[in-house]
Amino acid sequence: MEKRDFHIIAETGIHARPATLLVQTASKFNSDINLEYKGKSVNLKSIMGVMSLGVGQGADVTISAEGSDEADAINAIEETMKKEGLCD
Amino acid sequence: MTKTLKGIAASDGVAIAKAYLLVQPDLSFSKSAVDDVNKETDRLQNAIDKSNSELQQIRDIAAKSLGEEEAQVFDAHMMILADPEFTGAVKQKIEEEKVNAESALDEVSTTFIKMFEAMTDNPYMQERAADVRDVTKRIMAHLLGVTLPNPALINEEVIIVAHDLTPSDTAQLNKKYVKAFVTDIGGRTAHSAIMARSLEIPAIVGTDTVTKDIKEGQKVIVDGNTGDIVVDPTDADVEKYQNLAKEYAAQKAEWAKLRNEATMTADGKHFELAANIGTPKDLTGVLDNGAEAVGLYRTEFLYMDSAELPTEDDQFEAYKNVIEGMNGKPVVVRTMDIGGDKHLPYLPLPEEMNPFLGYRAIRISLDRQDIFRTQLRALLRASAFGHLRIMFPMIATLQEFRQAKSILLEEEKKLVADGVKVGKFEVGIMIEIPAAAVLADQFAKEVDFFSIGTNDLIQYSMAADRGNEHVSYLYQPYNPSILRLVKHVIESAHKEGKWAGMCGEAAGDPIMVPLLVGLGLDEFSMSATSILKVRSLMKRLDTKEMAKLAEKAVTESLTNDDNIKLVKDNVK
Repeated sequence: MEKRDFHIIAETGIHARPATLLVQTASKFNSDINLEYKGKSVNLKSIMGVMSLGVGQGADVTISAEGSDEADAINAIEETMKKEGLCD
Repeated sequence: MTKTLKGIAASDGVAIAKAYLLVQPDLSFSKSAVDDVNKETDRLQNAIDKSNSELQQIRDIAAKSLGEEEAQVFDAHMMILADPEFTGAVKQKIEEEKVNAESALDEVSTTFIKMFEAMTDNPYMQERAADVRDVTKRIMAHLLGVTLPNPALINEEVIIVAHDLTPSDTAQLNKKYVKAFVTDIGGRTAHSAIMARSLEIPAIVGTDTVTKDIKEGQKVIVDGNTGDIVVDPTDADVEKYQNLAKEYAAQKAEWAKLRNEATMTADGKHFELAANIGTPKDLTGVLDNGAEAVGLYRTEFLYMDSAELPTEDDQFEAYKNVIEGMNGKPVVVRTMDIGGDKHLPYLPLPEEMNPFLGYRAIRISLDRQDIFRTQLRALLRASAFGHLRIMFPMIATLQEFRQAKSILLEEEKKLVADGVKVGKFEVGIMIEIPAAAVLADQFAKEVDFFSIGTNDLIQYSMAADRGNEHVSYLYQPYNPSILRLVKHVIESAHKEGKWAGMCGEAAGDPIMVPLLVGLGLDEFSMSATSILKVRSLMKRLDTKEMAKLAEKAVTESLTNDDNIKLVKDNVK
């Protein structure tokens, strides 16, 4: 399993466009991918799941991937996060 | 059987086409237990698949006919449809509780909607509740075997028949095929009416029952000049209205010749005819109709058409487009007028007993200076690209105006200090609150211009809610009381060497225009499509005669009806 921590710096947190793009990125991979925040874990391929967490600015989240393409998945997600200005 | 109906004529023109009912079907169902769980989940999957291919189709057509931006809402819908947490939860509920797909779908979607709506600190999420609702409706329709109206798929000429039309309904319409609007509710200022005028198609509103009186596909005649609707017309009816349509087209062609002419009265006096707009897209209509200015740019649509507060850059782009597009002709931009009947999903306002008398327009702007300053900075930056006039709405007191203006000048100073180019601009106010109208002589010393907003000035003067049909008889623009206020405002402006305009419905009204010419109003701002008609009317007016007529209207007439008669008897 691949795991990575992120500190969210975007003013609006993970919502709107960035959330959509994260879900789209995650959905490209076979691995099970989860987003964990404040002890709650949701499927990163689910827009409703991601948005229901209400991740705001300054939040610390963990993303984990498990499956055949887990390493690629985590890297792609990190890239999307950076591109969308969600984290440094 | 031919039948005729009557409504409020809201946009000129005559159209004959098939009816398209934009009405929601009945989606009620009852909860029941199922034995064959697999069959039920198959039924659900089938409805999801159908919804998905339908959405894909709508999305493609919408992208082509309406643009990528309008099509994105359907992307969001497809994403929810593909969401494992959503459809998976419905499936799971069918399997575990052995209930029918309809009730499982309804329960799961209600849970999500409630969850999103509860996020009151996150307006974007609150709005997603609407997406879940839309997607649920689509799946439900397929489960129940009923058809949802898909206005984005219309591909032949139609007359849209609806209870009411919202901006999101009209956003999905391909304007090429829509020949007219007819609605159950609304008045001349309803969204459907304003939209129809900007599309230059006829509209009839406030018919009460048209969605029940007209069936899908029936042939319908709409006469937007009179408010008459003919359903299932005879051949003779069709011929009669085709002739009327021709006459109207001929008259419009006659008006079109005035497009590049200056607006002059019979005795050679010039008046400025301006257009009201809601978005930069409206500029085409403004220029096509030969407007000499934009007299009212309602910026609230920038806020209403967005999922969150529009950024300074987004606003700057919009303002710059309009100001540049007008090529040096003046543009009056009204700062945000939210509140009253206009709301933002992401800016929750307190529930109020009297929203029109409450937290609205400049009152919000002065309180939420973060929002106000962003808008002012965008405006100041745009001022470098043409002739900008900034206008504050709902000003009641001099203090409010002074405070708003000093915030504006503060932002100007900051921008200049940062090396940003700011152009020249005028600063004025809307006159819509009687208190400001009465004190216009004092205001005139400090503002650069006035623009009278008649709809609100009438509603506040008459203490009659303009949306309440029981008191609609009090909408009396020609009442001497209203005309006296208007006269005082115009005279006060002129005494200080300032100008006065009007940007309400009345500015384009054939009864009101002669009186306003007589009172010496400088600028008339109206729907772009009324401009040529008014220019043609003004050519026939003599300002000295109209001044006498207006004097009578203000001093001798007693009622609204007196003045309608006065104008009709004296202006041919």
